[in-house]
Amino acid sequence: MPADSSGLVSRTVVDRLVQRHRILQLTRAHFDTQAFVEVETPAVVPSPGLDVHLDAFGVSAGSTARDLSTTREPRFLGTSPEYQMKRLLASGMPNIYQVCRAFRRDEEGHNHQPEFTMLEWYRASAGSHELMRDTEELVASIAQRINGTTVLEREGQRLDLATPWTRMTVAAAFERYAGCALDDVVADEDRFFRLLVERIEPELGRTQPVFLTHYPASMASLARIDPNDPRYADRFEAYVFGIELCNGFGELTDPVEQRARLLTDQATRKTLGKDVYPIDERFLAALEHGLPDSGGNALGFDRLVMLLLGAARVEDVMAFPASRL
Amino acid sequence: MYDTSEIRKNLKIQIDGVPFTVVDFQFVKPGKGQPFTRCRLRNMMTGSQLERTWKSGEKLERAALEERQMQFLYVEGDFYTFMDTANYDQLQISKEQLGESAQYLLDGTMVDVLLFNERPIGVTPPTFVELKVIRTDPGFKGDTSGNTTKPATLETGLTVNVPLFVNEGEVLKIDTRTGEYMERVKVSR
Repeated sequence: MPADSSGLVSRTVVDRLVQRHRILQLTRAHFDTQAFVEVETPAVVPSPGLDVHLDAFGVSAGSTARDLSTTREPRFLGTSPEYQMKRLLASGMPNIYQVCRAFRRDEEGHNHQPEFTMLEWYRASAGSHELMRDTEELVASIAQRINGTTVLEREGQRLDLATPWTRMTVAAAFERYAGCALDDVVADEDRFFRLLVERIEPELGRTQPVFLTHYPASMASLARIDPNDPRYADRFEAYVFGIELCNGFGELTDPVEQRARLLTDQATRKTLGKDVYPIDERFLAALEHGLPDSGGNALGFDRLVMLLLGAARVEDVMAFPASRL
Repeated sequence: MYDTSEIRKNLKIQIDGVPFTVVDFQFVKPGKGQPFTRCRLRNMMTGSQLERTWKSGEKLERAALEERQMQFLYVEGDFYTFMDTANYDQLQISKEQLGESAQYLLDGTMVDVLLFNERPIGVTPPTFVELKVIRTDPGFKGDTSGNTTKPATLETGLTVNVPLFVNEGEVLKIDTRTGEYMERVKVSR
């Protein structure tokens, strides 16, 4: 019988799960001591998010014909808890965090699982600047507690997580690693992402983590436009050993602009022949009521554990990845 | 054509008329961006490696490879001649292209010839071959130097490490995947 058909989780993974639990405890303590409130939002939602490059799992009401013929609105597994967490922000909960499952169809690889754990938090009166500080402090302090050092080793490379991490604009990264001007590639999304994946990402975070900042305004997603320069979004991502760890923004609070972006995303999805998910009207209604100025960040918790424990793949720090279910 | 979702280790593809084997591959996807598959490829003609990235949904060209069972006939200079025993087709492969495989070929050996666009690019010898020892030092009984093996030169020019009891003229079974001695065989040739 092959080793992985025994139904058991390997000893190595079991040991890592114990460490994973410690990392989770330290993560919660980090936010709890700053008076953040831990919240829970549903996994099954009316709109999974409209991001053009994220595909969701649909949820049917049941498996019988009678269930399928009901007129209930469609439901999906959320690709991120963002809409509901922002409804809580608008409802008067300024500093909140959540550790939850997110679901993304057709994503499986060394750094991807279709079902994974997301750490997402929001801080009042904050933008990218404050959220980057949150991120580096969180990760460096946990590393120190778990490993007794902020130095990580991976495939013969050494990296120090000590704060502050490097900040580099997307434009600077394109010039430095791809040898081209961001303005020349930003209109061609294919070329932008190919250069990002082939030339830039592998160079980011070799000896120290790097925050990529100042994404083009056209790639703002749910971020606000940089208050100081309308060419850019107030958005950042952190890279450790070339692996993307998180994606954060100063949040877009304008309901009109938000609706326009969601409609554009829907149209793009339709053009690309992808499923077109509904717009979450209650999310937009909450923005209309008023979202306080906030910054938010979504961090791949499995990747954090993988990096801290020196594991090769995210599935090596999960009890039941898709391949072992 | 292959879809990017079909990429696996050892998949054989061709790029600009050159065949490659997938050595390793990885799914990569920026959080807000398109998915890609990053591959490390080995050039099947030269052995050199390179990285290539495909966007999900792009097509990869299947390498036009064919494997034919053929018999090794003879070597002349640097060229080895093989024959298809079904239709008596013959073709020649250079010593350089054969690489290590040349060291396992005796007249009459049946091999798998790998053809790319009908040109031979390599040969897979049988997993086990039997070759005669033409030169080896006698093993000494009571050798206390700690050596338990000694080198032996075989009839094709291949050198292997063998136990001390192996003598010249004996026939040995060799694993062509590792180039290692397996055992002595009793045959009369």
